[in-house]
Amino acid sequence: MAEATANGLGQHTLHAGHAHEAPAAVARADAHQEHPIKLYLVVWAWLFILSTCSYLVDYFGLHGYLRWSLILIFMILKAGLIVAVFMHMAWERLALAYAIILPPILVLVFVTMMVFEADYTLLTRLAFFGAGP
Amino acid sequence: MGETLTNIGQTEPRPTGWQGIAADWSSDQRAFKNVSWGKAMMWIFLLSDTFIFGCFLLSYMTARISTRVPWPNPSKVFALRIGGSEIPLILIAIMTFVLISSSGTMAMAVNFGYRRDRRKTAILMLLTAALGATFVGMQAFEWTKLITEGVRPWGNPWGAAQFGSCFFMITGFHGTHVTIGVIFLIIVARKVWRGDYDTGRRGFFTSRTGRYENVEIMGLYWHFVDLVWVFIFAFFYLW
Repeated sequence: MAEATANGLGQHTLHAGHAHEAPAAVARADAHQEHPIKLYLVVWAWLFILSTCSYLVDYFGLHGYLRWSLILIFMILKAGLIVAVFMHMAWERLALAYAIILPPILVLVFVTMMVFEADYTLLTRLAFFGAGP
Repeated sequence: MGETLTNIGQTEPRPTGWQGIAADWSSDQRAFKNVSWGKAMMWIFLLSDTFIFGCFLLSYMTARISTRVPWPNPSKVFALRIGGSEIPLILIAIMTFVLISSSGTMAMAVNFGYRRDRRKTAILMLLTAALGATFVGMQAFEWTKLITEGVRPWGNPWGAAQFGSCFFMITGFHGTHVTIGVIFLIIVARKVWRGDYDTGRRGFFTSRTGRYENVEIMGLYWHFVDLVWVFIFAFFYLW
């Protein structure tokens, strides 16, 4: 992946190769992020479209696995766009990207544990108190 | 690509991909090669904040799974009566669009900051702050509406008692983050407007000179607030 550079020329594609030679300013610690305005506007538009889609999921009253999977898909796409483009993670070195993005994914282990725990709590509540009012 | 200075005074190009990760982390130097300490620390703070919000959403999930009382339907709870018909979740949808728009203006502000366009940067940051304040205002309206309808942390008229505590905790903590963001946006916008990052004027609190990268670091925080809302919107309001 391309790194942050001082001029950003030719670096605005997400998967730009590493072939180009970067200007000397790159070595500076504060190599900064400058990308075409158009890219931000396109992402902005996509965020609007995806938000509208997830709102329509509720508006049309979809339910069950269709609802849940659509909600999750739109959520992940929106989160990915914000982190990759607005927060410039797509242009950072992988050492930073992995250090920041991997730990939250491990929260899923915690989620799994708590799903089992909550199911067990519900089971005992139903066994001792009966079905809800 | 950046270069690494070796201990015998030569420079060699930095590797990319997996080799780059291994080289950066095992270099016996700073691991984040082309990232300033300010940006790295903001990212690490945001990572810790991710865990805080993750734990809130997790405890909400646990409460919702384990209760035998039906969960109130957010689609109905957050519906507004506009023009005689109930529109489900409309206020939350508008709040989402307001926050996304503020993220867009923030991204543009960062861009103009690096182009040294002080006027546009400051105006866009103030616009971001205004949108953020609008969001907080709508949240205050939402809280007022729910409280007058009888929602409390210990109960509500529609179902599981945990609904109220989850709602106030999660949206309250997020609203606090937005409020702090608005305050800091105004502070940084003032610095940009005055030209602090060009003249090297020192900050009132840290006594350090700033750079236009501060706008990007401020932006990281603001986009994170938007990011958290994406998850709250999906899990609390839509699920």
